[in-house]
Order: sequence, then C-alpha cells, then structure tokens
Amino acid sequence: MSGELSVLAIIVGIAHSGLRLATPYLYAAIGEMFAQRSGVLNLGVEGIMLMGAYSGFFVTFKTGNLLLGLLAAATVGALMGLAMAFVSVTLQAQQGISGIGLFMFGLGASSLLFKTTLGTVEGVEGFPELRFCLSSLGLNSNYCLSQIPILGEIFLRHNILVYGAFALVPIAWWVLNKTTWGLSIRAVGQNPQAADSLGVSVARVRYVTVTLGGMLAGIAGASLSISLLNIFQENMTNGQGFIAVALVYFGSWAPLGVLAGAMLFSLVNALQLWVQVLGLNIPSDVAVMLPYLLTIITLAFPFRRALQPAALTKPFERGES
Amino acid sequence: MSKRLFWPLTLLVALALIAAQCAAPATEAPPPAKTEEAAPAKTEEAAPAEGAALDIEPIRIAIVMPSTTTDLAWSQAIFDALLRIQEEAGGEDVVEIAYSETMFNVTDAAAALRDYAADGYDLVIAHGTQYGSSLFEIAPDFPDTSFAWGTATDTGEGEGLHNIFAYEARAEQGGYVNGVLAASLSKSGVIGVVGPVEAGDAKLYIDGFVAGAKATNPDITVNVSYTGSFGDTALAAEAANTHINAGADVLTGSAQQVVGAIGVAKEKNVPWLGTQSDQSPLAPDIVVATQLYDWHDTLLDMIKKHQAGELGGTAYQLTLKNGGLTMLYSDSLPEEAVAAAKEAEAGIISGEITIDIE
Repeated sequence: MSGELSVLAIIVGIAHSGLRLATPYLYAAIGEMFAQRSGVLNLGVEGIMLMGAYSGFFVTFKTGNLLLGLLAAATVGALMGLAMAFVSVTLQAQQGISGIGLFMFGLGASSLLFKTTLGTVEGVEGFPELRFCLSSLGLNSNYCLSQIPILGEIFLRHNILVYGAFALVPIAWWVLNKTTWGLSIRAVGQNPQAADSLGVSVARVRYVTVTLGGMLAGIAGASLSISLLNIFQENMTNGQGFIAVALVYFGSWAPLGVLAGAMLFSLVNALQLWVQVLGLNIPSDVAVMLPYLLTIITLAFPFRRALQPAALTKPFERGES
Repeated sequence: MSKRLFWPLTLLVALALIAAQCAAPATEAPPPAKTEEAAPAKTEEAAPAEGAALDIEPIRIAIVMPSTTTDLAWSQAIFDALLRIQEEAGGEDVVEIAYSETMFNVTDAAAALRDYAADGYDLVIAHGTQYGSSLFEIAPDFPDTSFAWGTATDTGEGEGLHNIFAYEARAEQGGYVNGVLAASLSKSGVIGVVGPVEAGDAKLYIDGFVAGAKATNPDITVNVSYTGSFGDTALAAEAANTHINAGADVLTGSAQQVVGAIGVAKEKNVPWLGTQSDQSPLAPDIVVATQLYDWHDTLLDMIKKHQAGELGGTAYQLTLKNGGLTMLYSDSLPEEAVAAAKEAEAGIISGEITIDIE
C-alpha cells in the first residue's frame, strides 16, 4: 500500500486518466451518433478506427508531420464511411452485415499494410501534451497553467486531440439541434418519407452523416496511434469501436448522453486501475469487469428504446410506406 | 428487403475474405494452411541441401498462435526461433513454415490445428495454454503427426497419447532477475507491473518478479495491476500512467499489450524491464533489461526427435541454466545493479535461489 498518496492525488489521477481514455470513444461515438440519427447503423467503426490508426501512424512515421498524419487518418476514415454509405444507402444492403464486413476489411487490411510496410512495432513522436505555459505568451515566467492545483492538473495536461474530442460534444449538439442541416438529419432518421416529401434528399443526408462518421472514426484511431499511444500494433483498438457503438445507445442518440456514457465508462476504468495499483483486496477480474457491468446495467433501463430513431437500419426507398 | 442487397453483400464478404486471407483475423473462420512461403513441391532429392548447418531432413511445420508474429512478445519469440531454424537448415526447401496468427478464439484455433494436421504437416504447434484440451482431442486422430503445446507440462502420456510435446518457459526465473534489478534501480521504493491476464506465463513472470524485488529490498512496494486482456494496448498505457502517478519509478509488464505501456514509459522517462521478446528497438533508452525466450534448441530437438521416430512425450522447459532464457542488459545500467542481477542469475542456475510460486 502506498500510504503517502493523498486521496486528492488519486482523484486527480483518476480524472486525468478518464479524460484520456474517453478521447477515442468520443470521436468514434459522436460520429456514429450522426450516422444513426440519420437512420444508418454502421457496425464497421472498429475497422475504420484501425485503418485510421494505421494511416495516421504511417504518414506521421514517414513524414514526421503530425498534421499530415491526422489528415490521412481523417481521409481514409471518410473514404471508408463513403463505402459504407454506398453499400447501405445506394445499394440498400442489410446494415448489420455490411458493417461487420467493413470491420473485417479494416482489421485485415490494416494488419496486411502493417506487415508489408512496417513489419514491426515502431514508435513516433505524437502530439505533445500542452502545458499552457506563460512563457509561450512571451511572458517572463516559468509558470504553466497545468501547475494550477487540481483543476490545472486534471484539465490542462493533455494533447490537442483530447481537447478536440471534448470540443466536439457541444459542436455536435449545436449542429444537431440548432441548424437546418441537423433538422434534416433528425427528420431523415425519424420519418424519411415525410422528409422526402418536404424536398430533403434522404440519400444525400445519409451519405454525408455516414461519411462524417467514418471521418471521425478515422480520427478516433489516430487519437490512439499518434496522440495517446504513439505506436501502431495490429488490432490495437481491441474492440473500442464496438464499445463506441454501444455508447451511442447508452447515450440515447444525444451528444451529451454520449459524453456521459464515455466519461462514466472511462472514469470507472481509470478507477479500477487505481483499485488494483493500490492493492485493494479485490480480484483483478472483478475490477476489470466493473466498467462493462455498469454499462450493461445502464443499458437495461427500458425507457431508452423509445428514443431510438424510428428509421434506424431501415433502407429508404421512395414510394414505400 | 430488396434483392439489390445480394451483390453488394457478396462483394463486401469477398473483400473481407481477401483481406482476412492475407492477415487471418481472429473473427474469420480459419483459412486452412495459410503458408507464408509458397510451398515448393517437395521432392526426396531436394533433401539436406548443401550448406545446411543443421542435420535435419526436410520437414513441414505449422504453428497456431493467439497473437501476431510481430507482437514483440509471446508469439514473436517462437516465430523468430522458427525462422532462424529455417535459415540455418537451408531455407524453405528444408523447413517449410505455415502459421495462423491472432487465433485468440480457441474454436478457430482448434479447426486450424486439425486442418494443418490433415494437410500432412509433420509438426503442428499449438502456441497457447488455452489450446490444450482441443489438442488432446485432435492428436489421437493423427498418430503420425507430432504436436507441440505450450505453456504446458502435460504431454498427455497419462491419457495414452504419445505424439505431444509440451513446453514452457520458466518465466519466473528471469522475472526474479528483473525484480532484483528493479529493486536496485528504484529510488522511490515503488515499482509498477502492467499485467495482462492473471494466468499462465504472465503470472509466472510476475510472481517471480515480485519475489525477486522483495528478496532484494523487503520494504519495497510492488504494485501489480492486470488489464484483463492481452491486447488492450490503450488500457495498458493508462495502467502504466497510473503506476507512475502512484510513485513507481521502474516498470515492467507482459504480453503484446505492453507496447502501449512502453510508450508511456518513454514519454515519462521511466525505465522498463521487458520479457518474452526484445522490446528495446521500440525505446532503446527505456528498455534497460530483457528476459529473452529462445525456443531454438527446444524446437530443434523436437524436429530431431520427430525424425528419429519419437513423436512426443517430452516436456521441455526454458531455463536460465539450459540457455533457453537469456538476460539482456543495457549498457546504461549502473554496474552495481547489473552485478546484483547477474548474482541472482548465478544463484538460480546453481540452485541456491529457489523461487516460491503460489
């Protein structure tokens, strides 16, 4: 037992870890939320994340340019989203199956590319932790805002992609609820026939949301490979893409709900790590189970069903009713 | 649903299959006998090629493993040894290697093992404790094939099986040495261990590590955490972060997930002690010592026994004494620490130090 650790230090540690762990979930789940709100269930998020992680890493590794890497991840993610949109919207394929196909493609392709282009696990310099130092403003001081007790230690010691993930939440809320385009997305997901009769192109809206969702999933992958872990390993997402899909259900298809779900899951995960590190007398298997257990319990509440977009997983065809 | 979904689905499945064929992900029904090198038609005359340093007949070896050949850990250790044997023996004409990786799903692995045996491979290796019960069902159906299984000590002789080799790494030995080293290096008196699943090879290593650290400094704190997975790189990274926040100034860990933890160690400049494969290329200044698994002699002996008509029955162990386990030390380590570690090595080899594992 580490007696000299204060409770406060542990709380700061949990909160700081929680924000880091939540980052890939936020990107992926917010993107998936847009797709689902328009009526498309994309189960391929995991595969897109892997391809995003690979492309972001590879480009950064070769060029040393993080922004190029991020751009590559976003582009590859968007292209895979576009492929999913083509299959599910234009060709009206069964969404669950095509999503799984996309996942397997991403898993296989990222492993193959890794083997042929890298061959072994390598590291890169990822996005650095920002410290918000006064010296960077030209002030003659060594003080960094990250040194502010508690708040600074929790919130001001992250890299830019972590802040990006959290900034995405209010942006997504605003787009979805305050813009015409958001209204179209909701209409298309709830009642595509009505939206269509009002002149909204169901196909176009779905194409845009699924492609956007793919782009964000690609960035989610990059947030692992070039900002949090700074390596690429085969299958490194280890199921996070599927948890992101679950978080959309957990969050009742709303940005704030997704945020709450991602934070709950990540904070409990950070907590269970501390429980183990402090040597509290709980079997590691039980500790590891905690975040999943909590998620399942929350998902079991029946009222959530009512919030599901009515047209989710249903291909739209004009004239059908 | 419309008929239109038929061909796009077919296309997607075909694409997925192509990709899967190239990389064999765990979710895919196991493609039989994916051979890395195009298997050349093997003729009797093509036997012991000139320059073959090893005195072995041509052999076909297949291996099924839970992670990838590039995992810098459990699977890579044995795969590298196979490749070395192939090279020394004179190339793929003499030693043909087929492998299936990321077979974490035991049902898939069992199907792959059976396919390889049916395909006429001479030695089929099940590189995971979890494959054992499946192997015991498959082995009797192929009495002319040799099987190998590890981490394991049971060759199935008790159940009347005669074509299974068992192998294990006595990971607690190098774990103990790494523990001694960690206790000598730590100034804070806190060491962090990023474990995968509390079982098998990882548990042996970690138990040995804790014993070595405590033997060197009884007051030292060794914090052990498990991620509950072998491949959760992100959680392993966060576990390393948590250990550092809890005061740890030396870290270790096991399984392929540790590359995430090593990344954090590198960022925070905390020394890392490795095991299984050499992880130092990832962070040369950070990975200061490694317990290396060398399966070369074990595998070679299996091949020779197989070709002499002895298809199984031997249980192998990698130990410091037989050279199956070797310790690599970085030049950057302080001399006293290396001296203490080498003393522990000598003690384990001579039998003066015995390691109590629960």
